[in-house]
Parts: sequence; structure tokens; C-alpha cells
Amino acid sequence: MSINNQSNFNCLISCVPTLITLNGAEMLFGRATLRLRSVHTLFVRWNGTLVVASHNNERLLPITLNTIAAAKMIGGDVTCLVLGKGCAKVAEEVAKVGGLTRVLVADDAAFHGFLPEQVAPAIVAAQNQFKFTHILAGADAFGKSVAPRVGALLNIQPVSDVIAIKSADTFVRPIYAGNAILTVKSLESIKILTIRPTSFEAVATSGGDAKVEKAPVVKAESGLSQFVEQKLTKSDRPELAGAKTVISGGRGMKNGDNFKLLYELADKLGAAVGASRAAVDAGFVPNDLQIGQTGKIVAPELYIAVGISGAIQHLAGMKDSKTIVAINKDPDAPIFQVADLGLVEDLFKAVPEMTKLIK
Amino acid sequence: MSLRVLVGVKRVVDYAVKVRVRPDHKWVVTDGVKHSMNPFDEIAVEEAVRLKEKKIVSEIVAVSCGPPQSQETLRTALAMGADKAIHVEVPAKDAELLSPIHVAGIIAKIAKDEKIDLVILGKQAIDDDSNQTGQMVAGLLNWPQATFASEIVQADGGLKVTREIDGGLEVIQVKLPAVITTDLRLNQPRYATLPNIMKAKKKPIDKKSPADLGVDTKPRLEVVSVDEPPVRQAGAKVANVEELVQKLKEAGRI
Repeated sequence: MSINNQSNFNCLISCVPTLITLNGAEMLFGRATLRLRSVHTLFVRWNGTLVVASHNNERLLPITLNTIAAAKMIGGDVTCLVLGKGCAKVAEEVAKVGGLTRVLVADDAAFHGFLPEQVAPAIVAAQNQFKFTHILAGADAFGKSVAPRVGALLNIQPVSDVIAIKSADTFVRPIYAGNAILTVKSLESIKILTIRPTSFEAVATSGGDAKVEKAPVVKAESGLSQFVEQKLTKSDRPELAGAKTVISGGRGMKNGDNFKLLYELADKLGAAVGASRAAVDAGFVPNDLQIGQTGKIVAPELYIAVGISGAIQHLAGMKDSKTIVAINKDPDAPIFQVADLGLVEDLFKAVPEMTKLIK
Repeated sequence: MSLRVLVGVKRVVDYAVKVRVRPDHKWVVTDGVKHSMNPFDEIAVEEAVRLKEKKIVSEIVAVSCGPPQSQETLRTALAMGADKAIHVEVPAKDAELLSPIHVAGIIAKIAKDEKIDLVILGKQAIDDDSNQTGQMVAGLLNWPQATFASEIVQADGGLKVTREIDGGLEVIQVKLPAVITTDLRLNQPRYATLPNIMKAKKKPIDKKSPADLGVDTKPRLEVVSVDEPPVRQAGAKVANVEELVQKLKEAGRI
């Protein structure tokens, strides 16, 4: 690793006092050894973090702001990499985000559709040039697809779905559908992490003035894969992952038409609508509304579970919500064990009544 | 097409079991707990079998890395329709520290040795919830990847795969050889029938070690601790909708 620019060097200097304290024990060794060890430690301990932005070429996705927050907890410089086709506007948006040192932009037709075959080698190229100690991406469909591929290319084992950062090498993540919390120390030279957005407060979208630079150009093998089309679920309601209030329906909704009861209530509350796996499997609503271990993870201020029993897999996706309300006619449904407020009643009576009361 | 398919299957604690943290806080209790095939892997096997039934696939090889009991999982895959199996045996105590990068290295090597055209894996194992192995296999082999697949069709000399993404669905076209990881909506796995379970007993299971495949299983991560998640305070039941709405208003939630 070489000191290849001024900002790296400044960072090294600013790290010195901490490092000496950290390595206090080494005072026992001879002066020369101390100096050598410290210099070595300096390089190892310098934290430069790369955040790979999630965006849609139009705007930055909120998950990136949570991921930057996680990066800032690691300490050191934070660089954000924006890869896309026609993503100049997003790069400008990112430059204004607080706390970034640098924004790297790679605007190229090759990144159309954000295919991991193209994106991963570009991240590796940025890594090879700047020698980051950490590479972070949000734990969304994009980050989950790309981060492990980057790991394979760099021969690094990534850590998925991080919910807390204990130190530069020790991270916390849920396992077994959130029924156990694993604290894990990465023994790798580069830490590759995906970040669970609901566990980190988003950074401000203004106040920053980062330098925008071109990312290193890389020629990945083309033709391995091709983007064909996207079929996105259109909705005027807030996005599930970032909504302050979420109303979810389960098998108890009986059919897709009945979901309109939830939509009416959701519109009153400005809420997003989600679903359990049972409701998705039965075809009541599209898959991207599924909340749970293998669907979306939400942690809104208010979560209203309607006609949902509360299987382990569903709880994994919503049990960090601030207030949980359950409406279910079965008083023994497991959802009542996590609900702050439970109402044992037929949802077909309770939901319209609630909608009326909130008018 | 006459593709050779490799499916990865993992033996995990059954999805319906509520796991408990081990007293030494180094993992969860797995001894004496019901295990079964990872649900996403059942979907992977089912898809491979369906592709064989459509004459797109000629042979299905199932692979599992883990302790001797992983052979039961491989037998299940054989009973569902896999043709042969490879068990990469890892002693139980090392299996806990086996990371996706190790498994990906093993699968990538087998894919090359067996002249595989398509690797199908589950999108994630429901024990460590990593969601990494398929992407890593694709990265190691420099093959295209189609993650979170909900539909696979033959098209233009390759495969057209519908993927489940955050805002809906996405369709991509991949060249072969490729790696696909399965989402829940891809199919409904079949139950193995008794005659097929009997037949599966005669199908071959090759035994190998990671070292045979040139994969170093030195740990890349160290378990500091495993803890119970914070327990939520038990809540209260309300008598009716008025009370519910009133309580939510008082709490400032609505």
C-alpha cells in the first residue's frame, strides 16, 4: 500500500495519537521496533471506507444514506461510488450528502440494469486503486447481489445484513431469522459488509461538499448477461422500507379484494401496505410487499398486523418496529406475544371501524 | 439443450423450530434438534428436476458440504430426482465455521470437474441467512448470475430469468454456463414418494473432502458471541377499536 495522495496522508497523521494509545503495550519494545510496528499499524488501521450507492439513475435510494451512516461509525474517510448509466444527477445529489470525502462516478452504458457482472469488477477496480479497508453496500436486492460477487473476486468473506458496528473489525448481525444475534470478528484484510438500513439513522442529504471524481475505468467481459426489463409495482403510498407506518395483511384477509380495506386505512394514516408470506403465496398481493426473513425488513414507528398469525419468519421482518398492533380473531395467535396493543376481533369489523374513527 | 446441472443442498435446523442460544454463547443449540433440507434448496432441486422433465437438463448432480448427517439431505435430493450426489464431508465442529466463501470454492471446483452448465442454489440458508454463496460461485467462475429467481425459461441459447427485486420484478437474459439462486416463488417442491425414496438408496453418493478439491477451510470469521435477541415487553389487549385508536393517539403514533 502506498501513500498516493494528500488526503490519505492527512488521515494518517490525524490517526497517530489514537494509534500510540492503542499500541501502548509496545512501549516495552525498543524504540526502533516501536516505530516500525506503529508505521505498520498505521497502514493497517487507516480506515478508508467505500460505500457503493444504490440508486435508479434518477435519484439516490434512501438505503444509501443509512449505509453512509454505518460507514461513518467505522471512522476515517468515506468515499461513495456511483455506478450507472446517465447517473450524473445522482452523483451531484451524493456530493451534497454530509460527511463524504469523495464521490467516484462511473457513468457508462455497461452499467445499464446494474448487472453484477459489470458492477462488481468496477468496484474491484476502485478498490485496487484506493485500497479501502471497508467496502459497504446496503442490504437491498442490489447490494445482496453485488457484494458477495465482489467478495469472491477479492477472495474476501463478506458479512451480510450488519445491524451494529462494534469496532472496525467486529460486527453484529442476526441469524436464524433474528432468533439469535451473532457478533462476529472478520479476520479478513478488507471488510465487505452489507448494511441493514433500519438499524442505522440516515445521514443528512445536505451540508456536504464532496469532490466528484471519475472512477477508474474497467473493461468487464460483456455479453455474460443482459438486462431485459423491469416490471415495478406502481403505488402512490410510501415505500415500504422507509414508511413511518406500515399496515400488513395476512391469510386472514381471505382474498386480494379485501386488501382494499387495508388500503383505505393506510391512506388515512399515510401508511405503506405490506403482507405476510401466506398472503403473497395465496396471490392476494405482489411478492415485493412481503415482509419477513426472506422478504423486506421494516422497522416503522407503527406496525399494524391484520389477520397475521405471527410465524417466526414474519416476525424476523418487523419485530424491531417501535409500536406493534395486532388485530386477529384468534386470541392465541403468536403475534400477540410481540404486540404492544392487541385487539381480538374480526378484522372485517375492526378495520372499517378504525378507518371511520380516524376520519 | 442437454445441460448438466449442479444443485447445492444444505442441512439446516428445520424452519419451524424456535432455536435457543447455547449456554457457551458460541452458537445455537443444534444437537437433538430436528433438521431438514434448507427450504430454498428444495426449490432448487425441484427446478432442476422440472428442467430435466422438460428435456432441457440431462443430468442432475446434488452436492452438500457438512457433517456425515448431510448424507440424509443428499438422499432427499436423490429421492426428489437428482441422479447422483457428492458429499463434501466437513466434521461437525468445523462445519459451524464453514463460510460461504469455502462452500463457493468447493462448488466452483466441482462445477469445473463435473463439466456443469448450470448451478442452481437457494438464495439463502435459513440458519446463517447470509445470501452469498451463489453470487460467490458466479464470481469465482466468472459466470453470469441470476439471483432471487422466480421464473426460468429457455431463450436465445441461454436462459431468461425473472428476478424478485425490491420494487417488483426484473427480467434478465444469461448466457450459459450460469449460476441461479432460487426465490420462494419459483416453484412448489414435490414430496418424495416411497418408491423414489427406496430407489434413491441405490443412487451413488461420492465422498470427498475440501482438501481433495483444493479448498482451504481456514476460518475467515471468528464468532465472538451469539446472544438471545432483546425480548419485547409483553403488551396489553384492548377491548375495542375506540380504545385502540385512543391509545395510539395518546402514544403519538397516529
